[in-house]
Amino acid sequence: MNWETVIGLEIHAQLATRSKIFSGSATAYGAEPNTQANLVDLGYPGVLPVLNGEAVRMAIRFAVATGSKISRRSIFARKNYFYPDLPKGYQISQYERPVVENGSLEIVLEDGTRKTIGITRAHLEEDAGKSLHEDFHGLSGIDLNRAGTPLLEIVSEPDMRSAKEAIAYLKKIHTLVRYLEICDGNMQEGSFRCDANVSVRPVGQAEFGTRAEIKNVNSFRFVERAINYEVERQIELLEGGGKVKQETRLYDADKGETRSMRSKEEANDYRYFPDPDLLPLVIDEATIEQVRATMPELPDEKAARFVRDHGLSEYDAGVLTSSRELAGYYETVVRKLGGHAKLAANWVMGDLSGALNKDALDIGQSRVSADAFAGLLARIQDNTISGKIAKEVFEAMWSDGKGADEIIEAKGLRQITDTSAIESAIDDVMAKNPGQLADYRSGKDKLFGFFVGQVMKATGGKANPAQLNDLLKRKLAG
Amino acid sequence: MHTLTVSELAAGLRARKFSSLDLTLHFLGRIERLGPELNAFVTVTADRALTDARAADEALAKGEGGPLTGVPVAHKDIFCTDGIRTTCSSKMLSSFVAPYDATVVSRWRAAGTVLLGKTNMDEFAMGSSNETSFFGPVRNPWDHKRVPGGSSGGSAAAVAACIAPAATGTDTGGSIRQPAALTNLTGIKPTYGRVSRYGMIAFASSLDQAGVLARSAEDAALLLEAMSGFDPNDSTSVDRPVPNYAAELNQPLKGLRVGIIREFFGEGLDPAVEKCVRAAIGLLQQEGAVIKDVSLPSLPLSVPTYYVVAPAECSSNLSRFDGVRFGHRCEQPKDLLDLYQRSRGEGFGAEVKRRIMTGTYVLSAGYYDAYYLQAQKCRALIASDFARAFNDVDVVLSPTAPTAAFELGAKTSDPIAMYLNDIYSIAANLAGLPGISIPCGFVNEGGKDLPVGLQLVGPHFGESRLLSVSHQYQRHTDWHKRIAPGYA
Repeated sequence: MNWETVIGLEIHAQLATRSKIFSGSATAYGAEPNTQANLVDLGYPGVLPVLNGEAVRMAIRFAVATGSKISRRSIFARKNYFYPDLPKGYQISQYERPVVENGSLEIVLEDGTRKTIGITRAHLEEDAGKSLHEDFHGLSGIDLNRAGTPLLEIVSEPDMRSAKEAIAYLKKIHTLVRYLEICDGNMQEGSFRCDANVSVRPVGQAEFGTRAEIKNVNSFRFVERAINYEVERQIELLEGGGKVKQETRLYDADKGETRSMRSKEEANDYRYFPDPDLLPLVIDEATIEQVRATMPELPDEKAARFVRDHGLSEYDAGVLTSSRELAGYYETVVRKLGGHAKLAANWVMGDLSGALNKDALDIGQSRVSADAFAGLLARIQDNTISGKIAKEVFEAMWSDGKGADEIIEAKGLRQITDTSAIESAIDDVMAKNPGQLADYRSGKDKLFGFFVGQVMKATGGKANPAQLNDLLKRKLAG
Repeated sequence: MHTLTVSELAAGLRARKFSSLDLTLHFLGRIERLGPELNAFVTVTADRALTDARAADEALAKGEGGPLTGVPVAHKDIFCTDGIRTTCSSKMLSSFVAPYDATVVSRWRAAGTVLLGKTNMDEFAMGSSNETSFFGPVRNPWDHKRVPGGSSGGSAAAVAACIAPAATGTDTGGSIRQPAALTNLTGIKPTYGRVSRYGMIAFASSLDQAGVLARSAEDAALLLEAMSGFDPNDSTSVDRPVPNYAAELNQPLKGLRVGIIREFFGEGLDPAVEKCVRAAIGLLQQEGAVIKDVSLPSLPLSVPTYYVVAPAECSSNLSRFDGVRFGHRCEQPKDLLDLYQRSRGEGFGAEVKRRIMTGTYVLSAGYYDAYYLQAQKCRALIASDFARAFNDVDVVLSPTAPTAAFELGAKTSDPIAMYLNDIYSIAANLAGLPGISIPCGFVNEGGKDLPVGLQLVGPHFGESRLLSVSHQYQRHTDWHKRIAPGYA
């Protein structure tokens, strides 16, 4: 039988507010345990939550960016369950009336096809603390620094049909929240987390199969693996005459498998009800307008502009806009260079990205600034160096942080554009290699490369390649 | 000195007739002598009181200080007090010391009051007789065999016995007004949102409201003003100016439209209580008030509605008492579940458990719509009944409670009978309206005079009117001036 995969994602994006969603405590990651938890975060008797307006504005930014409906009146509800890292015994979340509803965004797959993924809702809620089970022989430690950190939970429609689509969507949201500066997107620190609802059904069947929810998978790669594993597990189960159970499963990255965490029957009854400590969240037109007025250029808009104004391909534009910082870097280079977008794009996506990947750095941590990088490209543009020499210069810039001109001068890499100098080098080579010259002239055209190499070698690679080509052709022809 | 009202005490202090230290020592002496038989206090803060008093005297000597500087008061033990234990009269919090002051506490402190101590109450404010306290029942100064009402029973007994000039209370379903009625006090529960709930340990967040137990409407006006107003720490507090209640006490009764709530003069009302209330209505009429019959047909839904909403909220509010961070923790927990079960099982009393279970049930999947949602609809009906009534009348009037104080133990085995004691007071909480109970006579039972209270409820933020009507009534009557035998 042929099976179709159905995937929906629930993404938890930690909002980049300075203070918590209902208290004035700081939200910075990595502080000493329990040093960023005040009485409200600890759920002390008598304390009350007060909503952080910045978190609301961030949710509105997300809504505007995804064409979602902003609820003029949304409700905070209590999700009741007992756990030691949940200080109040309930999580303040939004249930029946979320702040954001009915949006969508478009993903582009590797083969260039486009697909629209629906966003069912996005709601504001507070994060819980952390239970630490290592280091406390037989006991658990509780760190409440994270308790009360604002989250935007973004729930998609079950619109994705493969792990690849799910990853494309996840990456798109990841890019978007960073463009919007509402989430730092750091998956290792848990600022951007994803649960995947996965089911399969026979191709052509209208109703969905029973789904399993895979919890908290913390990298793009793991999300893809977890989904693929789960799809195979379900298909195998169904083809073997079994049934998929509705359950929550945990992805074990070490073993590369998902395993059951709790079944539907074991699921908590969260006893949601509106939180009487918080008034309904009312958002007026003025607030929305204010947010709209300060929206940054979004990735899709930026990519379209790169295609239109810079003449880049859609693919290149997509790559360069995958993060706001990368796009910013590229644009600075183009500005400093006074155009030559294609050259800038090739170099940013090529040598620069390669160097960043090799050293596992973000664009923000690049060892070569956009200004310096433009300085290098300017020397290619004005024929001071060839593209090949430029690679060498770039490597030197990357490793010792000096400017392109300094390196070119110090290493004497300036390109030879003096025709007579190149001609004399050619004459030399021809004189030293009479055999090859004879062969070439008798029709072995392939030896042309040999001569180019020899002249380049003789000039230390500095001969202007185009000039060399022309002169060599003429001389060899006799 | 102890029979003087707060306004008289404040005037005496300002005139330097006596010092705050004298006054405080006098009340501390009375607490020591008379407190134990009433069991009105959970914690007496003598050292703190003396420190406060000395500071007040210094301020007064410099000609500084406000209308309450140097006046001793007590706080219901539901308000968090920095460095002084706050128990909610529960084993769960019997050694809990909050690291901060409730807004009500800090506001009264800023007004110059002297803290005598923390008063006994029903556990987590759940009760109508003060019998659910972990620290034992409070006795009514008018008859020690009887209850003072609840849940603010300790505050009521303390003020009624003149061992504290005034005290705070909280009112979720009548917990200020019913004890006021049963102990001959003036007790006001303001509009929901008038007074900050920050630092007041939550029972039912959408109903809880702090207020005052005092011996006159004038005192209640002074004290309420000092605790009211917007608080950025409480999102449900309302940003609206606080009137000078004391300055507005002389609004005339003439022309005042008083609605008599038909549904609250029916079955279950003790005829002797009704007689007192009817007499009071007669007096108001005589003074020029226009008496109108009003019907609020949804009011019979109040008690069942309340006993869905309040337990639902309480079941969630009390989840934080899990033995993990503060409060009672069982000995040697085997595992997490054991820690929860025994800490909570040991820490909470029977009534609190009953309400947590009821609340958990009504919020459960499959029951939520039938109970919680239905109750919210009833709540809206009750609120709209009141809104309609206030188109025609300025205040509505009824008895505060169906009977005078009942005997200790009389209703402890029958929760429904106990709940019905709040039948007239609960609706104001459900609608978020201000209500006041004032003394309006006595009934004689078993040879003892027992006080009777009448209740006035006004529209949202109608405290000023309630206080002025009460004050005008008190100008024409002496009921509120009577003090329980042995305590004058």
